[in-house]
Amino acid sequence: MANPYLKDDAPGGGVDPATAAEAVCARHGNDPAALLEILHELQHDIGCTPQAALPAIANALNISRAEVHGVVSFYHDFHETPGGRITVKICRAEACQSMGALKLIEAICRRNGIALGETSADKRITIEPVYCLGNCALSPAAMVNGRLHGRLDETRLQAAIDGAAT
Amino acid sequence: MSIKVYVPRDSAALSVGADEVATRIAREAETRGLDIRVVRNGSRGMLWLEPLVEVEHDGKRLAYGPVATGDVASLFEAGFLEGGDHALAHGVTEEIPYFANQERLTFARVGVIDPLDLADYEAHGGLKGLRKALAMKPGEVVEEVVESGLRGRGGAGFPTGIKWRTVAGLPEDQKYICCNADEGDSGTFADRMIMEGDPSCLIEGMVIAGIAAGATEGYIYIRSEYPDAIATMKAAIRGWEEAGLLGDSVDGSGHAFRLFVRTGAGAYICGEESSMLESIEGKRGTVRTKPPIPAIAGLFGKPTVVNNVLSLASVPVILSEGAAFYKDYGMGRSRGTQPFQIAGNVKNGGLVEKAFGISLRELIEGFGGGTASGRPFRTAQLGGPLGAYVSEDMLDLPADYEALAEGGAMLGHGGIVVFDDTVDMAEMARFAFEFCQIESCGKCTPCRVGAVRGKETVEKILAGIDVAANIALVEDLCDTMTDGSLCAMGGLTPMPVRSAIRLFPEDFDRAPSAVAAE
Ligand SMILES: Cc1cc2nc3c(=O)[nH]c(=O)nc-3n(C[C@H](O)[C@H](O)[C@H](O)COP(=O)(O)O)c2cc1C
Ligand code: SF4
Ligand code: FES
Repeated sequence: MANPYLKDDAPGGGVDPATAAEAVCARHGNDPAALLEILHELQHDIGCTPQAALPAIANALNISRAEVHGVVSFYHDFHETPGGRITVKICRAEACQSMGALKLIEAICRRNGIALGETSADKRITIEPVYCLGNCALSPAAMVNGRLHGRLDETRLQAAIDGAAT
Repeated sequence: MSIKVYVPRDSAALSVGADEVATRIAREAETRGLDIRVVRNGSRGMLWLEPLVEVEHDGKRLAYGPVATGDVASLFEAGFLEGGDHALAHGVTEEIPYFANQERLTFARVGVIDPLDLADYEAHGGLKGLRKALAMKPGEVVEEVVESGLRGRGGAGFPTGIKWRTVAGLPEDQKYICCNADEGDSGTFADRMIMEGDPSCLIEGMVIAGIAAGATEGYIYIRSEYPDAIATMKAAIRGWEEAGLLGDSVDGSGHAFRLFVRTGAGAYICGEESSMLESIEGKRGTVRTKPPIPAIAGLFGKPTVVNNVLSLASVPVILSEGAAFYKDYGMGRSRGTQPFQIAGNVKNGGLVEKAFGISLRELIEGFGGGTASGRPFRTAQLGGPLGAYVSEDMLDLPADYEALAEGGAMLGHGGIVVFDDTVDMAEMARFAFEFCQIESCGKCTPCRVGAVRGKETVEKILAGIDVAANIALVEDLCDTMTDGSLCAMGGLTPMPVRSAIRLFPEDFDRAPSAVAAE
């Protein structure tokens, strides 16, 4: 899956965030109601929804910059800076807690040398909390680069992480 | 003729390796020169058996599970394609007690059909409800749903037909049907299973709602945590469009109906209906002040039906079999069936659709088989993070909106999260406040500030500081949040907190020394 915008070295692979944002907005007919879809796509394309892209979005959708910023900052999904190459979203909601999710989180964070919610300095991995992935009968659950995993323990989750790295 | 082998594509099944199993089965059959067809169905809902592989043999489907890739060769050796016996064999799927003892109306096709095969859908009773609705007057469709007694499955339990009647009665040209597929409650996955396992059923329910209420556009708001459901819904909508079942003239009827998918962005509060509408409009998910209710001024200010996935997906069977048929299930004012979701520390977790009135004990012990850990049961949280915890001696309560409310609990979206005796209820109370703090939309003070103060105060209790005074303070805070919050996020966070304090006071009785010694 070659993504023209995504390169390993620089966030956005050197593509100007404003240019990328304009392209995404145009794909959605510059419809302000599509703002969430636009932000999702932008994040998919350049790895994040950076400040530098917001004026271009505001302009294209004919809404204020404050409104765009308000939306970006409201939703947990949108990030101003790109995360690691591997993103682990690990569930810490009640059903997963009942099956030891908090211990799993602690163990997996320690093993990968970062705290929950952080990205490693080498940009290899981000581990963030989520609240339910809809896999509550097969807890604990986590999502690794968009792929859902269930019945996890430390070994299985680390295997999924290592598998995503290759 | 090739032998049909079913391997689910439901994301719970995928999360434990269903894709790899499907690939391995196909490859194994090829090397052995066997003619099979692998169908990717939804899940039967017996999630502890996933990946659950089924083989069609003598007109019946035989179940094998949980199948790991390493089991595939031995399944072939055992002749599973001809129903051969194996350590993972469970016999005829529909005769497995967990499945056989259910009453599947809304979930009738989930796990049975290929979710994206419209012919399969129709062969299993799909489109019958829509065709009946098209032959009726819109007002009659509304009354059929009113008559069925269907109440909203998203949590509040408001009668669905009454909501439709309000929207139908307004003169505006533009009206909307919005499906709430934000399913953020821990312990719930029924919406996801419908969207991944029988997406056409939801679409059919929405089209019927559109005809009934006079709406020509619908939106499905799906949380971003559900990428598979989003992809399946979009593919199913395309299938309906190509078949002429969505568009300018639904099935040649002259009724127009178009459907769009919108993706959430990781905000629990966007499951609250007005916050969801804001989000669909591309805005921050801040809760709107009511009135006006969405039925009067909803999406883009227009009359809007907002319904949960399960409410809408129950509509086709109500239309096809009639209100009386549906209403015949259930008890008291809770009519029909509820897809319960048994989750957490439970041996046989999964989806159990039963008529209202079944006891919590039957669900947790009968279907669920007790805890997964094998340790004693301590509590279950009903109805998601804003729902109450219940104790062992409450398990004989029937699952019914009113009976549970009387018992100080709520059914919510039908999720049941089981905990064994290792759970620390003071910790769960702390978490309830923390969750509210993380997910509050910030619009009103009791919720925004109360959550933070509540969390801090329970932390003091956990540390054994002024325990009695701090419990009193938590109770006070709970009063303020219950009375002063604009929506149920702040308004119901006291539910889990208070039930924990009331039912498990021993967990709050912290001695300072005990904590210091840890
Ligand atoms: C904080 C909060 C979260 C909610 N989350 C959901 C949800 O995820 N799905 C849902 O259908 N309803 C949810 N609701 C209830 C909705 O506001 C609304 O009552 C429901 O969508 C109406 O549909 P129904 O009548 O078919 O249940 C939530 C309510 C609150 C206060
Ligand atoms: S109770 Fe909480 S979530 Fe609801 S409107 Fe108030 S601040 Fe927002
Ligand atoms: S609570 Fe973790 S997946 Fe639902």
